[in-house]
Amino acid sequence: MMDTFAALAHGMAVAVQPMNLLYALIGVFLGTAVGVLPGIGPALTVALLLPVTYKLDPGGSLIMFAGIYYGGMYGGSTTAILINTPGESASMATALEGNKMAKAGRGGPALATSAIGSFVAGTIATIGLAFLAPWLVDVAVRFGPEDYFALMCVAFVTVSATFGDSPVRGLTSLFIGLTLGLIGIDKLTGQARLAFGVPELLDGVEVTTLAVGLFAVGEALYVASRRHHTEEKLEPVRGSLWMTREDWKRSWKPWLRGTMFGFPIGALPAGGAEIPTFLSYSTEKRLTKHPEEFGKGAIEGVAGPEAANNASAAGTLVPLLTLGLPTSATAAMMLAGFQQYGLNPGPLLFAERPDLVWGLIASLFIANMMLLVLNLPLVGLWVRLLAIPQPWLYAGILVFATMGTIAAKPSVVELSMLAGFGVLGFLMRRFDFPIAPVVVGLILGPIAESQLRRALAISLGDPLTLLQSPISATLLGIALIALVAPFVLKGLGRFKANED
Amino acid sequence: MTSGDFVQPPRRVDRAGLVIAGLLAGLAVVLVWDARGLQSAAMYGMGPEAMPVVVASGLALLAIGNFIDALRGNLPARESADPVPVALILVGLTLLIAIIGLGGGFILATAALFVTTSAAFGRRAILIDAIIALVMSTLIYLAFDRLLTLSLPAGPLERLL
Repeated sequence: MMDTFAALAHGMAVAVQPMNLLYALIGVFLGTAVGVLPGIGPALTVALLLPVTYKLDPGGSLIMFAGIYYGGMYGGSTTAILINTPGESASMATALEGNKMAKAGRGGPALATSAIGSFVAGTIATIGLAFLAPWLVDVAVRFGPEDYFALMCVAFVTVSATFGDSPVRGLTSLFIGLTLGLIGIDKLTGQARLAFGVPELLDGVEVTTLAVGLFAVGEALYVASRRHHTEEKLEPVRGSLWMTREDWKRSWKPWLRGTMFGFPIGALPAGGAEIPTFLSYSTEKRLTKHPEEFGKGAIEGVAGPEAANNASAAGTLVPLLTLGLPTSATAAMMLAGFQQYGLNPGPLLFAERPDLVWGLIASLFIANMMLLVLNLPLVGLWVRLLAIPQPWLYAGILVFATMGTIAAKPSVVELSMLAGFGVLGFLMRRFDFPIAPVVVGLILGPIAESQLRRALAISLGDPLTLLQSPISATLLGIALIALVAPFVLKGLGRFKANED
Repeated sequence: MTSGDFVQPPRRVDRAGLVIAGLLAGLAVVLVWDARGLQSAAMYGMGPEAMPVVVASGLALLAIGNFIDALRGNLPARESADPVPVALILVGLTLLIAIIGLGGGFILATAALFVTTSAAFGRRAILIDAIIALVMSTLIYLAFDRLLTLSLPAGPLERLL
């Protein structure tokens, strides 16, 4: 307990150094500016801005990341409220009620309740992170390689199969990612796999190239292909930005309830903010004193899901920082950010670089505070960004997206891979395959393989070692249940249709 | 769930789904073929060829799963897609890669991508867009190459700056 306070205080001391405050401010500003652009979710925001942090030291860069992460989330909800195009499924509930509020001229209070709710939820969840993390680190140091392998199996299954519409399509995405993860030199024997004699492939597939290709290029192609279907309409922010006393009264409980849904579910290695946001939405719908307003712009329907979304975002940092386990596309991009400095999140990082980890956690508080103070007054600026004509917007996004790759590796092969992943992302969107499992598969696949091979080398090739460790056996059991459950429940899955 | 009450339209085999299943099966074959060339150096446990085979088996199973879904027409409904803008953006990306590959530099390459993408999204004022694109990519080049010292590929235009 006291250790946590001491560590957090130390982290605060790192975070409030003027240079680091500046990094956090730049991160928050850039994150919001990019996140607010329609069709760009937090994962893509982080992927696009990764090259900007190349030249910084790890501490400053991670602090900027914290700002980009929360800024991207905030920007995404602004877009959801004002033009009803949720950049990601976690903002769908917000778009549902928030856009109706904006249409009714209550865009200001909708933005305000989402901002303040995000702040409340983010702060509570970051406190949760600070206290849960050291405890989990204590558990994680006892993990052997077989336990890590089992844990990754859980993440593979839950990220791809359990929560998607179709387990077959989710697993297909995951296996595409695992295949991409095999490309390159095998670290244990030095043999090239799937490189086909192309020297650029020996280093493996760059996570940022994959993410930017799938998310940015894929999204641009997809939106372009169906431009004839939809006309996006930007709702102007009319009237007061401030919430009335009534708005406050109706918001504070949903904020807290949303946090209670978001943080634990985000912290489980199950990933995804969709479940807590929709749980929060349906709970508020049931508990509200104004059921007639739901579907027409109820403030509870914005306050709860927004809080849940932000709390689960902080929650996903728990497995990321303590176990090195990314459970969402955004967390996967954060992991890529660590890896660009050769840092591997996990118990070791807490022991070796406490200044880095706790500086990052403290920066989350600061970034949250900055967002609250900065963004409500600046909302006019963000709205103007939303009004950029679509042709220039997507042209600019593509230029910026390719620039990251050009700056990192200006080779024809790398750029062709970016374009190829763009086409893959377009096809996956068109045929409704989830994107996040591909990124998670690419990142976790090689780690899972090396843990498994290490475990088998220690046990002299006896595969039963996976079942002899109680932790590993339990986790593999959970993974198996999570894999089979959706197929079994398919027949019972009708409640889903009734829920929304 | 409306099944049973009235006659459902006969479900059609989804051809795109069949292609997807075929591609997954092909990918599995490539993985196994590539893994055959690897030497297992490990004395105990698994060598480098084991994981590709595991992934290939998964891909083969998923190819079957996707094949069944396609036969049953179980894929989610798709809206019509306009191929022209997609092709235009791909032309832009090809131009970008060609210009970078031939040493044309960052500014020309990204300007070409900007103009084609903008045209794909319905803009017809190509000259104006080209000017905007050139100004913008020059500014980006200056900001990132000079201020942040990221090295971006230089061509004839960059050398003039």
